[in-house]
Amino acid sequence: MNAIRVRGLRKAYKDHQAVAGVDLDVARGEVFAVLGPNGAGKTTSVEILEGHRDRDGGEVSVLGVDPAKAGREWRSKLGIVLQSATDAATLTVREAVHHYAKYYGDPRDPEEVIDLVGLTEKAKSRAGTLSGGQRRRLDVALGIIGRPELVFLDEPTTGFDPEARRQFWGLIKLLAAEGTTILLTTHYLDEAEALADRVAVLAGGRIVAEGTPQTLGGRAHADATVRWMSDRGYQEIRTSEPTKAIADLSRHGELAELTVTRPSLEDVYLELIK
Amino acid sequence: MTTPVLSEAATSKTAALPSTLSLGLSRGATELREFFRQKENLIFTISLPALLMLLLGTVYVKEVAAAQMFAASMIGAGIISTSFVGLGMSVVADREDGTLKRLRGTPMPFASYFLGKIILVFVSSLFEAVLLLAVGVLRFDLELPTSAEKWLTFAWVFTLGVVACSLIGVALSAIAKSTRNAAGVLNLPYIVLQFLSGVFIMQSALPESLRTVGSFFPLKWVCQGFRSVFALNDDYAVMEAAGSWELGKIALVLGAWTIVGLVLVGRTFRWSNTSR
Repeated sequence: MNAIRVRGLRKAYKDHQAVAGVDLDVARGEVFAVLGPNGAGKTTSVEILEGHRDRDGGEVSVLGVDPAKAGREWRSKLGIVLQSATDAATLTVREAVHHYAKYYGDPRDPEEVIDLVGLTEKAKSRAGTLSGGQRRRLDVALGIIGRPELVFLDEPTTGFDPEARRQFWGLIKLLAAEGTTILLTTHYLDEAEALADRVAVLAGGRIVAEGTPQTLGGRAHADATVRWMSDRGYQEIRTSEPTKAIADLSRHGELAELTVTRPSLEDVYLELIK
Repeated sequence: MTTPVLSEAATSKTAALPSTLSLGLSRGATELREFFRQKENLIFTISLPALLMLLLGTVYVKEVAAAQMFAASMIGAGIISTSFVGLGMSVVADREDGTLKRLRGTPMPFASYFLGKIILVFVSSLFEAVLLLAVGVLRFDLELPTSAEKWLTFAWVFTLGVVACSLIGVALSAIAKSTRNAAGVLNLPYIVLQFLSGVFIMQSALPESLRTVGSFFPLKWVCQGFRSVFALNDDYAVMEAAGSWELGKIALVLGAWTIVGLVLVGRTFRWSNTSR
């Protein structure tokens, strides 16, 4: 059984169709990234899966249960990492993690979780005094304290500096290695490429492409761009046979600054969301 | 795709979830901890009624009998301030800062959240009442009731008042989108009701129509209950609108508001500003 199964999901706000027929399958133990520009319907879709939002139509099954009808037992198997919470500001990191641990039947050890997210040195600091990156790590701690089978991360690293993002990625990889299923939304392509087993691109409320980061949008088979420097400046050709093209070109002499590139994930993505 | 490993994260749950009551107590402890760490709560919510009593009392109260009545009414007003206004505000703040959204994603039942809030209001109201009585005793020679019967009345009026007004505060918090406009939504009825319910002006001094309006709302009945507790003797009941303490009616009205509050909370409560 898949961790998440979605068929024909629809949701409209007034006259705006935010989600217009989304199909999605996420296997157990998989790290799945949903990419898309702002307003593509990412957050709406995820909130429906989390049970935070009603849907207009479609079938949704999360851990075998319809989120609209789910109860406490189901929620105890989920970990939801919030995007922009500033709650519990006057509690210390330790107090907050210990408190949330009490909600679950079989929580992780709070001290271990604090250590896992790298907040041991900040355990006695109040949540309101943490930096942006530290605060998000506390959110992760509160999201995973209940030993969830499925974790939702909605744009987790927005506003992080590069170092904080790398640390955060390490944390997610650790969770994935433990067998936790992870659904992640992001608009950073390098993040999807670094973390996800599979990605889907959401645009205008629909999934426009789905695959591994390496093959998304036919990326692996796309034409390569061969680029070199001649007397007249940079030259560029697009070809499906770059090796042959270079062999032909090099007969006329040395090719300065020769490069062969496939479209980056970013190129593919920008093409898809047009 | 990674191979799913059957590790501690993926094993199915068998452990039972904690009970609603124990979670409610735990919520209450955390709510209190957060409340007392915010200085503005200590200054405005806890101390304001005592401060008002000190100021207004110094100007108007010339005799012990009046101090008794005034202190009783101020305790009543204080309860409304912590429950109706304070709790309403704190629910709006919980919605704004993500507390409610986070709780919604955990297996904690809503009843536990509300139980925690009631504990918060109960304890903070008690602190407020004790401070107010201390000011009364030290500054205005307030006499505390000595009979167990009076304290019993105090206990049930206090409890019923806290529960009823907390429910209405939570229900009204659904109207307010942010803590900024919540202050208006909640304070306006509170201030108006203080004038209509015999806190600042004796009810017998009000025109009939205003008195009738006031008697629809809990504040009048809570204050009347406390006046019955703190009056020097029961002869002072003649100063009430009905000429008696009407304890049975107090229980009835507050009980009715508790039920109305429960229904309203059930129908209007929102976990976030954007859901649905």
